[in-house]
Amino acid sequence: MNDQEVKATIFKLLHKIAPDIDPEELEMNDNIREVFGIDSFDFLQFIIGLDEKFGVTTPEDDYGKITTLNALISYIKSAK
Amino acid sequence: MPEYDSFCRQFSWENEKDSLEGLPGGGINIAHEAVDRHVNSGKGNTIAIRWIRKDRSFDDLTYADLKVQTSRFANVLEKLNVAKGESVFSLAGRIPSLYIAALGTLKAGAVFCPMFSVFGPEPAFQRLGKGKAKVLVTTTGLYEKKIKQLLDRLPLLQYILLTDAKQDIDDKVLSLSTLMKQASDDYVIKNTQQEDPALLHFTSGTTGMPKGALHVHQAVLTHYVTGKYVLDLRPGDVFWCTADPGWVTGTSYGIIAPLVNGVTNIVDEEEFDATRWYSILEEHYVNVWYTAPTAIRRLMRLDFKPTDRYDLSNLRLIHSVGEPLQADEVIWGEKTFGRPICDNWWQTETGGIMISNYATMEVRPGSMGKPLPGIEAAIGEVEAEAIRLLTKPGEPGHLLLKTGWPSMFRAYLDEEERYKKCFKGAWYITGDLAKKDADGYFWFVGRADDIIKTSGHMVGPFEVESTLMEHPAVAEAAIIGKPDPIIGALVKAFVVLDSGYEANEKTRLDIKGFSRKKLGPAVAPKEITFIDSLPKTKSGKILRRLLKARELGLPEGDTSTLE
Repeated sequence: MNDQEVKATIFKLLHKIAPDIDPEELEMNDNIREVFGIDSFDFLQFIIGLDEKFGVTTPEDDYGKITTLNALISYIKSAK
Repeated sequence: MPEYDSFCRQFSWENEKDSLEGLPGGGINIAHEAVDRHVNSGKGNTIAIRWIRKDRSFDDLTYADLKVQTSRFANVLEKLNVAKGESVFSLAGRIPSLYIAALGTLKAGAVFCPMFSVFGPEPAFQRLGKGKAKVLVTTTGLYEKKIKQLLDRLPLLQYILLTDAKQDIDDKVLSLSTLMKQASDDYVIKNTQQEDPALLHFTSGTTGMPKGALHVHQAVLTHYVTGKYVLDLRPGDVFWCTADPGWVTGTSYGIIAPLVNGVTNIVDEEEFDATRWYSILEEHYVNVWYTAPTAIRRLMRLDFKPTDRYDLSNLRLIHSVGEPLQADEVIWGEKTFGRPICDNWWQTETGGIMISNYATMEVRPGSMGKPLPGIEAAIGEVEAEAIRLLTKPGEPGHLLLKTGWPSMFRAYLDEEERYKKCFKGAWYITGDLAKKDADGYFWFVGRADDIIKTSGHMVGPFEVESTLMEHPAVAEAAIIGKPDPIIGALVKAFVVLDSGYEANEKTRLDIKGFSRKKLGPAVAPKEITFIDSLPKTKSGKILRRLLKARELGLPEGDTSTLE
């Protein structure tokens, strides 16, 4: 899976949680939670969705490391 | 707190009041007790607020700094002709300007009303309009995104002070930093009296839009007493209340109580992050930590023991509020930190902690604890003429408080009937159901109405339903709280679609996006289910409890009034 495919999957998940925001507005180093107005419940659903889609297990103590698209893509690629 | 029973016998609000200073003219002012009093008594160099930025760097504001900054803000309000009793609102994340504005407003004798920064434009409009906001303190980003579009509908809003603008935008939208630079460091606090309005907190009701619970300057006595005896704040302590000042906990305990007790108050700009939180407790030597079940449940998901990685030896006491803490969560605290997490109970209307577990009393996991000394709580039936108290241990009923404590709300702004309905005789009816065991511990049973508690915050079904109805596809909507293991309950919508709209994912996401845009993520429904019709009573009232019972697969109960 290349970066673009990972990104497309992330965007799909984000769209389901926050359909009011266009994912294309998100820059690689933006804080995802801030741009999408995601509260901690939504963020948890997002991570659970990522875990399911990519077949990874993200422990709670890593949640703070994956705040941007850049960080998230490299995290998922290294976890797979 | 000393031994509970003997302390209750000797406690008096009057005696405790002697520990506060009062104003030279005989009045009382929250900001004077929280800030200037400490500077006057030689504690100006103590750190009042340690503000931790998102990037983990931090700034300290001493009590002396805070005195100057809040005096300047009060002078800014004078310059803008804000009179005693007029409202100053805030819409901002946890930044120093918010804390300075809150205390500066109180110094000026105006009424401070904080709003949660993740509110969408609609909840913000409801509050600003109903609270007759004259001044709003916010950031440029939040102003552009949420407030600008409302200005035509808010004729009473005269000034918007932008915390991060270098210069004024126009005559109405001003740069706060410019105004602060021009303002004097000296300010004589308005001679507010104990019954003068000070704080306005909006809270949700079952019917109608949010109501503004008004608190007076005398409330500071409750903040002081609960800070001292429940949170056990002592000189030299570092205290961290994780709540946002947009909610009453974040004001009473995120601003006032720690400062009135003269300790160092930690403010973290960032949202919840498990490892960040533990490292803040460690690095800043936090002694007393006041947090919420939602956060505790997230911390419980970590697969390591925090004390193996972090030095939490300074942590002496952990309290929790927002929704009932389950017994296993209290016990987890004991296993993890070597001490149980003390649950306590109160609400926007009570202004401060009313029932609590205490460090010096046996903690019963799952219980709310016992009433604060000076507070009389009871269980009763609300009957037509009067309250009938229930004295049999374990019998569930309405949780009641004997009226007259200092931080009791004095009004629902401009809604006298709604306010009166909360009282019968000498009792305030809290709207919560509870029971009391043979030893005097109180146990939460549930809400007596349809209000939803999500992540510890109240959401009224009516305000969400009204917004959903504005969407062209929605013919009818009903909101329930669906139980959730992490956040207590999530806001769930049942929607009847108008003809011509299809019940598919596209419609669902469209409605979800619309409600998030209007209400913000803290209030908008997390789940939307399409339904052919809503269950109603013969008089047309939506039976939300029936929807909830169906959702949970529970018995539907009495349906004799069903349409």
